[in-house]
Amino acid sequence: MKKLINAPENVVKEAMAGMADAHSDLITVRYDPDIIVRADGPIQGKVGIISGGGSGHEPMHGGFVGKGMLDAACPGAVFTSPVPDQMLAATKAVDGGKGVLHIVKNYTGDIMNFEMAAEMAAAEGIEVATVITNDDVAVKDSTWTAGRRGVGVTVLLEKIVGAAADTGADLAEVKRIAEKVNAQGRSMGAALTSCTIPHVGKPSFELPDDEIEVGVGIHGEPGRRRIKIVSAADVTALLTEPILEDLPFSSGDNVLAFVNGLGGTPLIELYVVYNELATILKGRGISISRTLIGNYITSLDMAGCSITLLKLDDELTKLWDAPVHTPALRWGV
Amino acid sequence: MHITAEHVITFIERISATIKEQRDYLTQLDSAIGDADHGVNLDRGFTTVLTKLSGVADKDIGAILKTVGTTLVSTVGGASGPLYGTAFLRAGMATGDRFELGAADVVAALEAALEGVQSRGKSTRGEKTMIDSIGPGIDALKEANAAGEDFVNALRKGVAACEAGMQATTPMLATKGRASYLGERSIGHQDPGATSAFLMAQAMLEVVEGIR
Repeated sequence: MKKLINAPENVVKEAMAGMADAHSDLITVRYDPDIIVRADGPIQGKVGIISGGGSGHEPMHGGFVGKGMLDAACPGAVFTSPVPDQMLAATKAVDGGKGVLHIVKNYTGDIMNFEMAAEMAAAEGIEVATVITNDDVAVKDSTWTAGRRGVGVTVLLEKIVGAAADTGADLAEVKRIAEKVNAQGRSMGAALTSCTIPHVGKPSFELPDDEIEVGVGIHGEPGRRRIKIVSAADVTALLTEPILEDLPFSSGDNVLAFVNGLGGTPLIELYVVYNELATILKGRGISISRTLIGNYITSLDMAGCSITLLKLDDELTKLWDAPVHTPALRWGV
Repeated sequence: MHITAEHVITFIERISATIKEQRDYLTQLDSAIGDADHGVNLDRGFTTVLTKLSGVADKDIGAILKTVGTTLVSTVGGASGPLYGTAFLRAGMATGDRFELGAADVVAALEAALEGVQSRGKSTRGEKTMIDSIGPGIDALKEANAAGEDFVNALRKGVAACEAGMQATTPMLATKGRASYLGERSIGHQDPGATSAFLMAQAMLEVVEGIR
């Protein structure tokens, strides 16, 4: 499998070095423990916002560090939760005296590593609040699973909560808004291919040319089921129906529609999918007032997409529109 | 018989070598029902552990095990880092500052390790995890110990039960961890965590048999 890498074990550090140099006006990086931080941080008097997770989902999370979004990100090994040392270092680096919010995607490893870091931070006297994202409707949320995965809504939440912190809101308020975003967002993804992890060198699972995985996450594991490839219209319906049913979204709702590329799918296809999504939502009396289309939470080179719908109100819309300046998202500045 | 601090160091070295040898196998198991990083993550952790061993060569068993635990937490990541890290930390705490362990002490350390894994991971038996090989292994070890068997024989029985537990994960439905996202597709695949735990148990047995 061809990749644009050097030695597999150096991928994360080399990418961090590349990002730091390319965006030196916005971010700096520190190694061992590895963290990506705002170049102008910590911002005194502002709640600090950190997240983190396995590498391989770029631009999430490092590409979202900067004004109006994350103050720091912790990149783990590819598809591997980062270690508590990283989150502790990040927490200390962003502490502006008003506490720190940890945004944690609901994966067993992330939950445990962030938990241990929060314990360590508390022991050092830093107030930490945690919000967990678990928007994936593909997994049944029950005592029979590890719970729903945190996927697309995490991107939207990081932006909205970053804006909330910029208003000077306190930690409890920032957490309230974060929990609201997670509660009002739902996602689902489908893959046309698996992905190839640098140290593995071949796809994580084999997917025949004429089949797709429905209900995939972002770590290259198989989805819930496999079906024959169908049109973009049918795939979009397969992803959108469970999302609409689950919240549920109703006629009269106003949403942010997020069509996310998993890394290996061209933008032209994402727009075809968005076109189908817009038709479905229009038919259901749901209006789309904001959109995000592109590769924002990826799974290396997996072909496919995920759809996230976030129910908006005035508060969330205002925070979404607020200025942001990070490597991956920039408006209002 | 007694396990000394030196034996524990040898045990850690043996685990590290085994994990390195079996790295690709563990990764392959983790590709089927996971995200293909189990072997690589553990190998990274134990490679770092090896570099710390000379620093604890003259320390008590508790200190050695705690060093292994904190190193794993700081280097492995994923779910295995916190789980195996906690296991070694709790074993170290149970062992304390002794330089020699008898059979009952080893059992106590293993039980503390298992309890740590269960509470950190909020998991129990039957969920298709490392607990499903460790738990039965400790049960068999304790039973043989209590029946008066010599330690090496008791450990052999424990490791055999651990292996059986590992194999028994194959038909299980995963209700914890990443495999649980696959639902029924997790059935028919041996759990990577149960496998690495068995490899560690087997390494322990090899060292103890070598002492005899």
